Amino acid sequence: MIEYALSGTKKYWTLIFSLIVIIGIGFTAYLYQLREGLGITGMSRDVSWGLYIAQFTFLVGVAASAVMVVLPYYLHNYKAFGKMTILGEFLAVSSVVMCGLFIFVDIGQPSRILNTLLYPSPRSVFFWDFISLGGYFLLNLVIGWVSLESERKSVPPPSWIKPLIYLSIPWAISIHTVTAFIYSGLGARSFWFTAIMAPRFLASAFAAGPALLILLTFIVRKVSTFDPGKEAIQTLAKIVTYAIIINVFFILLELFTAFYSGIEEHTQHFEYLFFGLHGKSALVPFMWVSIILAITAIILLVNPRTRKKEGILILACIAVFVSIWIEKGMGLVVTGFIPSPLEKITEYMPTAPEIAITLGVYGIGFLVLSILYKIVITIRNNEAC
Amino acid sequence: MGINRRSFLKMAGLASISGLGIKGFTKAFGSESETTKDKKQKLALVIDMRKCREEQGCRDCILACHKVHNVPEIENPKHEVKWIWKENFEHAFPSQNHKYVSDKVKSAPSIVLCNHCDNPPCVEVCPTQATFKRESDGIVMMDFHRCIGCRYCMVACPYGARSFNWEEAKPHIKEINPTFPVRAKGVVEKCNLCAERIAKNELPACVEACKEKAILFGDLNDPDSEIRHVLSTNDTIRRKPHLSTMPNVYYIM
Repeated sequence: MIEYALSGTKKYWTLIFSLIVIIGIGFTAYLYQLREGLGITGMSRDVSWGLYIAQFTFLVGVAASAVMVVLPYYLHNYKAFGKMTILGEFLAVSSVVMCGLFIFVDIGQPSRILNTLLYPSPRSVFFWDFISLGGYFLLNLVIGWVSLESERKSVPPPSWIKPLIYLSIPWAISIHTVTAFIYSGLGARSFWFTAIMAPRFLASAFAAGPALLILLTFIVRKVSTFDPGKEAIQTLAKIVTYAIIINVFFILLELFTAFYSGIEEHTQHFEYLFFGLHGKSALVPFMWVSIILAITAIILLVNPRTRKKEGILILACIAVFVSIWIEKGMGLVVTGFIPSPLEKITEYMPTAPEIAITLGVYGIGFLVLSILYKIVITIRNNEAC
Repeated sequence: MGINRRSFLKMAGLASISGLGIKGFTKAFGSESETTKDKKQKLALVIDMRKCREEQGCRDCILACHKVHNVPEIENPKHEVKWIWKENFEHAFPSQNHKYVSDKVKSAPSIVLCNHCDNPPCVEVCPTQATFKRESDGIVMMDFHRCIGCRYCMVACPYGARSFNWEEAKPHIKEINPTFPVRAKGVVEKCNLCAERIAKNELPACVEACKEKAILFGDLNDPDSEIRHVLSTNDTIRRKPHLSTMPNVYYIM
C-alpha cells in the first residue's frame, strides 16, 4: 500500500517537500546541539527539562486520544465513527513517533540510548513509559494497517485483529497514566505532586487530541472526496466539549487545594504561573492566553447553535488545541521547576535552535501523518469511484 | 517506618511481574528488614555550622573537592557544575526558615552537597541504573559511562545536588587530575562522598581540607563511632526531612 504515497497531486508534493525542508532545518540544528551540548537550549541547572519533554508529554496525550474514536466504534458499535477510526489510529502512530523523537533529542548522550534496554530498570517510571509507548505504537500501526489492507481488498478484517483493538483501548489510557506518573510521584516537585495528575492528563488529552482530529478531518475532506460525515464530527465535537470542561474543572480543583490550604510549597508555583513571582513572570502572558482561549472555546462549544456551524467549530477546535498546548506543552512542565526545590527562581525560554529542533520533530510527525493519510485517502477515493 | 516509596514500588513491581500478588508482598517486606546487625556500613557526615561560621568566606572544602574531582568552574550560573557549595539558610532549609531566624544562623551560608539518602529518589527514577546506592556503605554513586543524560535524577532530587554537563567541561578545568575521570558533556554528576579516597582509607577531600574540623565523617552503623557520639550529644537537623528521603548529612546549627 505504501506505493499510494508515492504518487500524488502537485499540492501533495508541495506539502511533502515543505515538511522535508522544515525537517532539514531541524536536523541541522540538532547536529549543532550534538556538537555543542544541550547548553545551546534554554534549559539550565534549575530547569532541567524544557520544550522537548513538554512536547513529549503533550503528544502522548494526542496519541492516547485515538481511543475516543476507537472506543465508541468498537465497544458501543457507534457506526458514525466507522470512517474515522483509521484517522485516529494513524494520528496516534505519528504522535508516538514524535514522542520517541522528543525523548531522543532531549538526551545528553544519545549514543547510549540502548542502555535503557541493556540495563532495564523496572523501578523507573521511564521503563514503563518505554514499554507502554512502544506497545501502543505497534498496536496502532498493526491495527490501522491491517484494517486498511482489508478495506482495500474489500474483505472483512481478519478475526485476530479484534483482540488487539480491544487491548488498544486500556493501553491508550495506560500510556497517559504512566506519563503522568513520571511527574506525580516526585516528592521534590510539589507542583506535580498530585494524585489528580493522571486524570488531568487524560482530560486535556481527550480535548486536544479530538480537536486536532476534527481539524485534520476538515483538511482531509477539503483535499479529497473522503467525508467521515457530519454526525461523526459533531460527536467528536461533543467529546471535546466535555473534555475541555472537565480539564478546566480539574485545574480549579488543584487551585482550591493549593490556595485553601495555603501551603506555600503548592501555591507559589501557581502564583508564578498566573501572576509571576518576585517580579519573574515569563509564562504569565502565555497562561492568560491559554485561559482566555479555553473559556472562549467552552462558550462556543457548549452552545449547540455555534458548535454546529463548521466555521465556528474550526475556530473553537483551534482555541482548544492552542490553549492545551500552552498549558501542557509549556506551563505544566516548566512551572514544576519554578521555584526550584531550593526556592530559587531561574526562568526558562527556549532558544532558536531548540525551537528549530522542535519544529523539525513536528515536521517528521506530520510527514508520517501525511503519508499515512495519503494512503487512506487514495484507498477511499478508489472505493468511491 | 512502614511502607516507604521504595518498598511500595518494589512490591508493585514484583506483584505485577510475577503475577503473584501475595507472594510478592511478603518477599518485599522480607528484603526491607533492618540490616544494622551485619557488617554493612552507613556512611554519613555531620556539618558543624558553629565551626564553619568561624571562617567567614572560606572555600577550602569546595576547592579541595572540585580539584580532586575535576569539577569545571563554569561562570554561567545556568550551566554550573557543583558537588559541594554554599547556600543561604533560607535556600538550604526552606521549610525551616522563618522571619526571626537568628543573626548567627543568617551570618553565614551552609555547606550543602549530596545527602546520600537512605531512600534516594534519584536512584529510583534512573532508567539505566547509572546511579545506584552502594550496598556496602550506602554511598549514592554514579556511573558516568552508563548515564544517558535524561536528567530525570535532577528532577527527582529535592536538594539540587545533581549537575548536568550542559557544555564541554575540559576548557573550564584549570588543572586536570589524571587519576579521576573528566566527564563528557551530556552526563549528570554529583558528590560521590570520595568513594575513590575511602577505598584507600583516606578521608573525603572536604573533611580533610577543613581547618576548623567542621565536617565529621563516619559510619552510623558503628555505635561506638565519633559520629554517633556527636549525633547523640548535639541537636542536629537535616534538609527537607518531611520528604522521607532520609538524608545522611546532618547539621549542627
